Amino acid sequence: MTHEQFEIFSNQAVAACAVLYFLAFLAQLAAYVSRPRAAAVVAPAARSRVGEGDVAVEAPPAEPPTSQRTEMFVRLALALTAFAALVHLAALVTRGLAADPARVPWGNMYEFTLTATFVVVALYLLMHRRFALAWMAPVITLFVLAVLMVDVLVLYEPVIPLRDALQSPWLVIHVVAAILATGAFTMGGMVSALYLVKERALSRGGGQTGYLARVPSLVGLDRLAYRWHAFAFPVWTFAALIAGPIWAQYAWGRYWGWDPKEVWAFITWVVYAGYLHARATAGWKGHRAAIVALVGLATLWFNFVGINFFFGSGSQHSYAVELVVTAVGG
Amino acid sequence: MPPEGRSLTDVQPEVAASAPVPPPPAGPPAMSPVELGRWAWRQLTSMRTALVLLFLLALAAIPGSVVPQEAVDSLRASGWKADHPGLTPVYERLGLFDVYGSPWFAAIYLLLVVSLVGCIVPRSAVYWRAFRAQPPRAPRHLGRMPDHRRYETADAPDDVLDRARSVLRARRYRIRDIAGDGPVEEAGDAVSAERGYLREAGNLLFHISVLVVLAGFAMGSLFGFKGGVIVVTGDSFSNTLSQYDDFAPGRAFAPDALAPFSFKVDSFDVTFIRKGRSAGSATKFFADLDVQPTPTSAPRRQRISVNHPLTIDGTKVFLIGHGYAPHITVRDGKGNVAYSGATVFLPENEAFTSFGVVKAPDAEPTQIGLRGEFYPTYAFTMATGPFSAFPDAKNPAISMLAYSGDLGLDNGEAQSVYALDMKGLKPVTKADGKPVRIDLALGKSQTLPGGLGTVTFDGLSRFVRLQVSESPGSKIALAGMVLALTGLLASLFIRPRRIWLRARRKGDRTIVEVAGLDRSSGGDLTGELDQILGALEPKESRT
Repeated sequence: MTHEQFEIFSNQAVAACAVLYFLAFLAQLAAYVSRPRAAAVVAPAARSRVGEGDVAVEAPPAEPPTSQRTEMFVRLALALTAFAALVHLAALVTRGLAADPARVPWGNMYEFTLTATFVVVALYLLMHRRFALAWMAPVITLFVLAVLMVDVLVLYEPVIPLRDALQSPWLVIHVVAAILATGAFTMGGMVSALYLVKERALSRGGGQTGYLARVPSLVGLDRLAYRWHAFAFPVWTFAALIAGPIWAQYAWGRYWGWDPKEVWAFITWVVYAGYLHARATAGWKGHRAAIVALVGLATLWFNFVGINFFFGSGSQHSYAVELVVTAVGG
Repeated sequence: MPPEGRSLTDVQPEVAASAPVPPPPAGPPAMSPVELGRWAWRQLTSMRTALVLLFLLALAAIPGSVVPQEAVDSLRASGWKADHPGLTPVYERLGLFDVYGSPWFAAIYLLLVVSLVGCIVPRSAVYWRAFRAQPPRAPRHLGRMPDHRRYETADAPDDVLDRARSVLRARRYRIRDIAGDGPVEEAGDAVSAERGYLREAGNLLFHISVLVVLAGFAMGSLFGFKGGVIVVTGDSFSNTLSQYDDFAPGRAFAPDALAPFSFKVDSFDVTFIRKGRSAGSATKFFADLDVQPTPTSAPRRQRISVNHPLTIDGTKVFLIGHGYAPHITVRDGKGNVAYSGATVFLPENEAFTSFGVVKAPDAEPTQIGLRGEFYPTYAFTMATGPFSAFPDAKNPAISMLAYSGDLGLDNGEAQSVYALDMKGLKPVTKADGKPVRIDLALGKSQTLPGGLGTVTFDGLSRFVRLQVSESPGSKIALAGMVLALTGLLASLFIRPRRIWLRARRKGDRTIVEVAGLDRSSGGDLTGELDQILGALEPKESRT
């Protein structure tokens, strides 16, 4: 295929995987709707069992009775998500092949977002069994679908070759780590957000029916959120505070220059460091830690997207501006 | 653990230990200075304060990304100041143009460092004792532990205990030594084991490494420097203070510490994409330098490009930009050469439309100044006026306005080489009163009216923009960061766990109770207990 054909293929694959994510979401809804009535009644019992112990005991959520039809829809949803992820991956690969010469698909915001959403789905699929994440499926497909839409509508850019400053093996190392951490932080943030939602519902006497009943207990959510963050934090440390500075040293002659992107990467790091400390502080575990995690996620996303819009050429990390301008002006 | 119960990560307070936790001091009611000091120290080194300081640090870093920073981009900073005359004095008082060097930012991170040290030191002592200590004795009622199992077997209790010891040792648990134990009836029927001691070590390593990183960073900002220089191809640069266009030394930098190297920029090469979407952007550019590490050494050829700097004696030379330097010659009214040479024009856009100035103070009868633009590929439409159609030098031309009078070079004030002081100058005009524009293609000359002289565009060179910098301590900072990451991984993923097992004879059966405690909050003991039991006992006998 020619480079142009690869580019067209990539764009169509993005559209196709978005449709597949939507179908997966519909299948999840169908699974939910087709669930026997009794499921909603069992859930509170499972919750109260968790509540009686004063120590962190996670009772596995009681297996709700399922009909064969529900089971089929759950499997269908998972299969559709996996298939969508494959098409998503194909979109990424062909995006890289579309450039002349072929390159890694991390040249601009559109490509970063395309990759980050893929990482979120991949993390979900990988950890699906181990962390029993089936309940997260609708949140994830809906989230990825929304972000992909924004990506295509707002951030799309045609394929161009990599700028000189980006042609370095550190691009792969730095960006892969940054995107992986972003994906994992995003997963953690989703769980923390659900923690707050469920906590609020419980305090109002709700949360025992509907979707929230299928979500794990507060203790379980807090622990799951911590696991995602505990994975993401070292990866982020490596991406932002080791690989980034090393590359910056080669490319720009300084390893840390307080460039807006660097400042915000540092802010994100400090906030998540705060999250890890908060979980160890009396009175901060749970509710407040979840809020800190969401603040961290906000700084992360702001850095990911916002910097390029608000600070433009003021940042050496602004990929929209041509090299000559940054090189001469910077 | 320190009295105020501070912990660096998520190690939960011990359930088994009953260390009395003093109630937090409720306000400072009539304390002696020593007490007050102790109270203040406790407040400062408490986890809560550390948390607040962390969030303050994050908050305090924000303005530095919003307001242009002197140290990052002085050009943008001065531009911002010119645009906001009202806010500038306020911002200057607050140190907002140098956030990361400001006293309030320093106050936050210094307090954080104090808090960190105040935490690390006592924690290290506690850890040292804990590391050498035996695993704690088995609690009396294992069945009351949150994670516990129980099964019956026909084996003798001692056999069960022996097997448990070897199973736990194989799983890298440290086993409590019975010989050194207290009351026999406590220990004789139980095995106490603990693992994951390195978690806390990793934790301490992480926090100590943060201090190492700070030390490396501080070294760089004290003894390092960053300078910028523009060198026209064919010209040379020697590493002395006077040769720099801009120079930002660290606070404790000594100018005689500059390495005595020099180099000649022999050539510069750039390739622009000619076709397609990204036409006009540079794919590759590099410069060849003839480098002399010391004044007496033989020159060696070295190529530098983006991402590939030159390193001499710890000093690094980076290629960060390029542009054009047209050769312009000004002859005065008497025919003498008043100015001649490659003149650096600063690029203004992607097509390298560049701005520059010529000053001919020796011209007679009056001094002459030129100000205007250079176009590497000159093009013209009525709508746009002159512009550059392509960044490569396909059709180079200059278009400048001429001024005569006093260039203002004699009054002793420093002047930028890229600006004319217009106070004593007036435009050179044609007979109809319109200003004279010097529009020259390469190799052409133009005569100025009124017998002022001629201007010739007689050649074209390129220049490179180099950044020369030295950041001592960068290796220390990197090593510290790598150690910090190592410690972080250990502190997050090593699971500190305690397992107790008790075997008691009841009739002709042995009742075995196993309980565990995961001291990290992310942990889950179910799997661990299952595996230990699986290794101890066939599945069917478990209840």
